[in-house]
Amino acid sequence: MAACSVEQLLAKAEAEEAEKLNSITVKKELDLEFDIGNLLAFDKNRVEVAVFRQQKKDEFLLALARDNTQLLINEIWKQPTERVEEAIVAKLPDPVTPLPREKPPPKAKPPTKWEQFAKLKGIQKKKKTNLVWDETRVAKNEFNRLKNIARAQKGKAPGLGLTPKAQQSKDELARAVSVAKSSTASVGRFQDRLPKEKPPKNTGKKRKFEPLIGNFSNEKQKQLELLQVMDSKKPKMDITKAVNKQMREEDREEAAAKYKKGAGKRGRKGNMPGKGKGKGGKGKGGKGRAGGGGGKGRAGGGGGGGKKRSKPGKK
Amino acid sequence: MTQLDGVVKPKTKRSKRFLESRAPKLTENVKTAMIMKGGNTSQTVTQALKDIYSLKKPNAVLYKKKNITRPFEDSTSLEFFSKKSDCSLFLFGSHNKKRPNNLIFGRLFDFHVLDMIELGIEKYVSLSEIKTSKCPEGTKPMLVFAGEAFDVDNDLKRLKSLLLDFFRGPTVPAVRLAGLEHILHFTALDGKIYMRSYRCLLKKSGCRTPRIELEEIGPSFDFVMRRTHLASDDLYKLAHRQPKALKPKKKKNISHDAFGTKFGRVHMQKQDLSKLQTRKMKGLRKRKGGVDSTEDEAAAAPKQVKVES
Repeated sequence: MAACSVEQLLAKAEAEEAEKLNSITVKKELDLEFDIGNLLAFDKNRVEVAVFRQQKKDEFLLALARDNTQLLINEIWKQPTERVEEAIVAKLPDPVTPLPREKPPPKAKPPTKWEQFAKLKGIQKKKKTNLVWDETRVAKNEFNRLKNIARAQKGKAPGLGLTPKAQQSKDELARAVSVAKSSTASVGRFQDRLPKEKPPKNTGKKRKFEPLIGNFSNEKQKQLELLQVMDSKKPKMDITKAVNKQMREEDREEAAAKYKKGAGKRGRKGNMPGKGKGKGGKGKGGKGRAGGGGGKGRAGGGGGGGKKRSKPGKK
Repeated sequence: MTQLDGVVKPKTKRSKRFLESRAPKLTENVKTAMIMKGGNTSQTVTQALKDIYSLKKPNAVLYKKKNITRPFEDSTSLEFFSKKSDCSLFLFGSHNKKRPNNLIFGRLFDFHVLDMIELGIEKYVSLSEIKTSKCPEGTKPMLVFAGEAFDVDNDLKRLKSLLLDFFRGPTVPAVRLAGLEHILHFTALDGKIYMRSYRCLLKKSGCRTPRIELEEIGPSFDFVMRRTHLASDDLYKLAHRQPKALKPKKKKNISHDAFGTKFGRVHMQKQDLSKLQTRKMKGLRKRKGGVDSTEDEAAAAPKQVKVES
């Protein structure tokens, strides 16, 4: 009896389910075509004119519309849904029925002059990488910035006398004196000189011109010299350049020799930085001066022991 | 300010915005309709125009005055109006002895008439005659076309496309399910076109999908087709041309078979077999920095050294 009742219950449930489904299913000979993006359904089924004429027109149309709408609604309810602000929303696919546009598609803008040029040269816009805050990089940048400032200030003459410092260097003192001396109404023209006072250094060049009418033979000589240089096939030897080249070559050889030694030892353990470099430091300062002895070279390298080498001919 | 001549350079920001709103776009604005009447209209036609205006409302312009023009004979004035109000759909109503209660549905492309179809009203019940609660204004309607003729007859095919274009409203990514209320049902039957407008009542069915009951709200028309003016195939094709940017990108290296299984093609780089780790043996162990006779060469070409040692 119990089994029988279970079966009965199941059958009853099944029947109920079928009834429920029945209320929302519609049978058609041909399936409808849907375009859910446009909420559109198209029923291609033939409608029997005879049946239509027999019935009341509006009632027939209403029944037809109900069936079709039911099918369309079934289709729409199959779309994925989500809840947006207390309302259930069905996502619609894009419309598939082709419809004419309202206006022709927009025309491409003519390229600017830069765009044309970039295309010609093959310049591509560089993509900026995502910037990341880097502490060490920031520190390094700051250090470089300070270095730049320091470098810029070093070249300048002290504007107003001496800067406050624990110990003034001889150079600074001399410069300060020269500045003070020239700070008169007549730009220091009538200032007396102390005994044994040296002429001020680093005062900048003054342009000097030859007199317009004067030593003709000297001028002639100069012109001729110039012409000779221009006329000769042999290139004029640039001593400064030659010496620089020679020095660079020596450097390279030295470096290569060092590398060879280092490679044998494998790794950088044995190769103390700075020690090897400092080797030829002081001794060669004099050499640089001798090489640049063309008259132009001033004693730049002679002053500092810290500088490894001064390039002749360059201030 | 109209865009009548080719180049209009805006002088103010406001006019620039205005011109931009009218300029051709990749994804276009919703098509708007202008609804106008001819020199003579009957009560039926006037009411019908008003009703269709109320169906179409946010995207329509109702012209209140008469416009004495005949679209099938000279469409220039229509084109002028379309430029003026930036409309690409029109509905023109007129009434005369030869063609009583006449409606012309039409659409324009690039401010020129693409196609228009003349429909005569045989029977008409207005929106206000049926006393039921109506759908709120601007509801996106569900459109249903029924009848074999819509698929067979060329004119009717075009009419279907035109009506869809006219009534579909904005293209939306999602709809509120409870808001699906309005149904426009077009039936082509017995040489006539029946347009019915229903309100849709969602009843409980016991399943997730509701059962539908319909209630007529009007307006309802029985149309007969009269004259047609259809675009040439070339123009029709041109109007359908989609800009390249809108076309979906073709996905490479992915295919599906008949059962819907996804296949992909993967391109592998050539494997570097020199770095392959084979069996480790004591005898084959790499030496750690032995001094070779080849060191002089190695120094000259440091990159090779790394590989060898």
